[in-house]
Amino acid sequence: MIAPDRLYDLALVIAFAAVALAQILAMIRLVIGPTTGDRILALDTMVIDAIGMIVLVGLAQGTQIYFEAALIFAMLGFVSTVAYARFILRGDIIE
Amino acid sequence: MTGTVIPEILIAICLLMGALFMLVGSFGLLKLDSPMKRMHAPTKASTLGVGALLLASMLHSFAFDDGSLHEILIMAFLFVTAPISANFIAKVAIHRGRDMPTPEPPKDQTWSTLDVPAETGSPDAPEAPVRG
Repeated sequence: MIAPDRLYDLALVIAFAAVALAQILAMIRLVIGPTTGDRILALDTMVIDAIGMIVLVGLAQGTQIYFEAALIFAMLGFVSTVAYARFILRGDIIE
Repeated sequence: MTGTVIPEILIAICLLMGALFMLVGSFGLLKLDSPMKRMHAPTKASTLGVGALLLASMLHSFAFDDGSLHEILIMAFLFVTAPISANFIAKVAIHRGRDMPTPEPPKDQTWSTLDVPAETGSPDAPEAPVRG
């Protein structure tokens, strides 16, 4: 049985590795994606993975100062996804 | 020592669950074989995963600090906006998907996102233009 503090550190390391791997997999789909929708979806997934990574960094350092960065990433990721999709759909973002 | 064991186990479970869900979401994005199938994995699994990571952060702040509910803001925003962006990406896949025909609508004339009026703006255009 692992000691609990070791368990927490181990979980943090595993979470870092898994989120980094998820980021890399989404990046592969971004590069090879056959259609435009796949590329938009891969970018959206990469933003969500980046939010998870920021939260993990905040947990590892034990501070709360990364909260604003995660919030701004969430807002900007949504706006950029919608803007990209509208640009593909209409050829124009603000009509 | 014993006071921090239970929160650390809870945080570790939330972390592992969230990281696993995010990994499954990105793996599904890479593995599935058609654009509409690929829509499933990241929009649902990754959103749930980042929710679990934010829950772990919130538990950490309550267990070892003063406690903060800030993360609910990010969680609510992500959970609200994930279906909207998925809807937009699905519209892009419908309009641009040359190799995948749209299934027949159950009882209407056509899918509403393909039912664009004519360029002149007359609302009762006789028929929707062919998609493409």
